Amino acid sequence: MTTVEKISASEKLVSDFEAVKKTLPENSFVQNIRQKAIEAFAKLGIPARKNEEYKYSNVQKLFQEDFTQSAIYNPQFTIDKYLIPNLDAHIIVLVNDFYSEELSSLENLDKTVVVSSLKKAFEKYPELVEKHFSKHADISSDAFIALNTAYAADGIFIKVPDNTVVEKPIHIINVISAKENTLFSPRNLFVIGKNAQLQIVETFASIDLTVNVISNSVTEIVVGENARVQYYRVQNENENSQHINTVSASQEKNSHFDTNTVTLSGGWVRNNLNIALNGENCETHLNGLFLANATNYVDNHTLVDHRMPHCESNQTYKGILDGKATGVFNGKIFVQRDAQKTNAYQSSKNILLSDDATINAKPQLEIYADDVKCSHGSSTGKIDEDALFYLQARGLGIESAKKLLLHAFVNDVMQTIRIEALREHLENLIHKKLD
Amino acid sequence: MNEMLSIKNLRAGIEGKEIIKGFNLEVKAGEVHAIMGPNGSGKSTLSNVLAGREDYIVSGGEVLFNRKNLLELSPEDRAREGLFLAFQYPVEIPGVSNINFLKTAINEIRAYKGLAPMEAKDFLKLVKEKQALVELQGSLANRSVNEGFSGGEKKRNEIFQMAMLEPTLAILDETDSGLDIDALRIVANGVNKLRSANRSFVVITHYQRLLDYIVPDFVHVLYDGKIVKSGTKELALELEEKGYDWIKKELVEA
Ligand SMILES: Nc1ncnc2c1ncn2[C@@H]1O[C@H](COP(=O)(O)OP(=O)(O)OP(=O)(O)O)[C@@H](O)[C@H]1O
Ligand SMILES: [Mg+2]
Repeated sequence: MTTVEKISASEKLVSDFEAVKKTLPENSFVQNIRQKAIEAFAKLGIPARKNEEYKYSNVQKLFQEDFTQSAIYNPQFTIDKYLIPNLDAHIIVLVNDFYSEELSSLENLDKTVVVSSLKKAFEKYPELVEKHFSKHADISSDAFIALNTAYAADGIFIKVPDNTVVEKPIHIINVISAKENTLFSPRNLFVIGKNAQLQIVETFASIDLTVNVISNSVTEIVVGENARVQYYRVQNENENSQHINTVSASQEKNSHFDTNTVTLSGGWVRNNLNIALNGENCETHLNGLFLANATNYVDNHTLVDHRMPHCESNQTYKGILDGKATGVFNGKIFVQRDAQKTNAYQSSKNILLSDDATINAKPQLEIYADDVKCSHGSSTGKIDEDALFYLQARGLGIESAKKLLLHAFVNDVMQTIRIEALREHLENLIHKKLD
Repeated sequence: MNEMLSIKNLRAGIEGKEIIKGFNLEVKAGEVHAIMGPNGSGKSTLSNVLAGREDYIVSGGEVLFNRKNLLELSPEDRAREGLFLAFQYPVEIPGVSNINFLKTAINEIRAYKGLAPMEAKDFLKLVKEKQALVELQGSLANRSVNEGFSGGEKKRNEIFQMAMLEPTLAILDETDSGLDIDALRIVANGVNKLRSANRSFVVITHYQRLLDYIVPDFVHVLYDGKIVKSGTKELALELEEKGYDWIKKELVEA
């Protein structure tokens, strides 16, 4: 009798790569990186629970089933229902990781701003793309970065030239749909030039999903000297969706970068946000908000790497957890030896609405410079009973009183959203979610 | 009969400790009752029990409010039935705007009574009018509930809320503590303007001074969880002069 040895999910992903590779005919630069990436992945493997970075949930379990890579399937839909009311924006649509020019609308975008599929960008802007692709998200640092780098078929490339202010936000809508279990690997690269300004809103939607999908995305962002970039992500997916998102941003001197990561729904979400402060006088704001219930898992890992002096980083993450949901906030701050006069602030606050919900909040500060100001704070508790009673005593029903307090709790993060239509949209979504 | 509040032999406590020990009080419509008594005698406990704070356990007695069993109602329904408590220590609620929450409160109270929500312009008019009544600065009304308010501002905000909600029975728990002389007069004036034949007040205070402004129909002394002496406003003067020792002595002798 022969026994067929079951190969691990990691091994399967490595062996599948041989076939996938052939469908991605590219120049030798990319092929070379892909090859290195799959080797890095083979070495790292899908992290086990004993891996310190992935200890709160069993990611290996997500990969237990078989997945095809990137569906060719083309769903029929209209984009209207994925637009944000009153948001006057340039629209970019990706369908199953591929840029859809047809569904996108960029008519009024400054012609000097480049928006293209990443695939095309490799051909059209090789110099710029090769300068940045895979330079900010390090394949040796994380298995999922490696996996994405090997597998990514497409994604979005945006380039804002020096001294260009993009007046309206760019709204990127990621739509996925699949008929069989699928691993998606979207890959984006945004290069924002010197003195340039850009606001990006990114949303995610899935259509008629009845199968298991994993989306493993990587976005690299280069924030040029003295540039101002705001990047808002809204994760509001259905309960079977499983997301691993990595955003790796590098900031040059005097630049400002603000991110907001808002997770309102989703079965299993892991957000890795890595920010490298490569120049002096940078400012970076990382704000996050998540609402989780049922058996949702929402995990935010942030890493701010202060490499240069006189930079400031500021993080506020807030979570509301109900049901049997699990939340994670792991905020790592590195202050390198040269990063004197660093200001780094971090706060994580959470409200647990049920006894079965859990939160793991962990600050990690590694400071190698001596003249720095760093602080971190974390708190987790139930809804404030005194405040609740006060509101009830004024005639508010307990449910609306709770809602009011939860809205108040998230208010400071909401106020960091500087696009009014987006903020209103989110307030509505949160309102519905809290019902 | 114009009985508004009727408390009979009420017993209540917290964390296994009995604090209200057989309390009786009858308040008729339009009356003002003052409750005085030493620290720790149970005045705030009584207020909280009446407002429906869950931490307090009622172990006996009954409370009728407009002939309804008050103790059966949720805190919000008590408020909707017309009960108002001005807290001794109003809580700060960052992020919740004073005005917005009052609008929600008013509309939920109206919905309870089967009324349509108040028109925005009527609401704003009401805010202006009541702000003037308690001379509360507009900026305070628009800020987060009590956040960063001074002690006196918090108390004035309680009276502003009372004026907005127009309760039939208002319990003022030491609303005069922490007020400067001018604020005391303003708050008292506000209360007096709200006095009417169908609105009653229970005024908890340590100071006779307040009762010069808000003249009560009755004064009661609460001691160790029950009323040990009742009288008219002259009783407050006597307490001011002699303190509580003589009452305690009377109790021991009795
Ligand atoms: N949560 C609690 N746990 C235990 N004891 C309590 C609690 N709340 C109140 N008490 C006790 O109940 C008693 C009555 O308190 P209460 O606040 O009602 O007094 P009071 O008459 O309002 O006093 P003051 O004049 O100082 O405001 C006090 O002995 C107090 O310590
Ligand atoms: Mg008291």
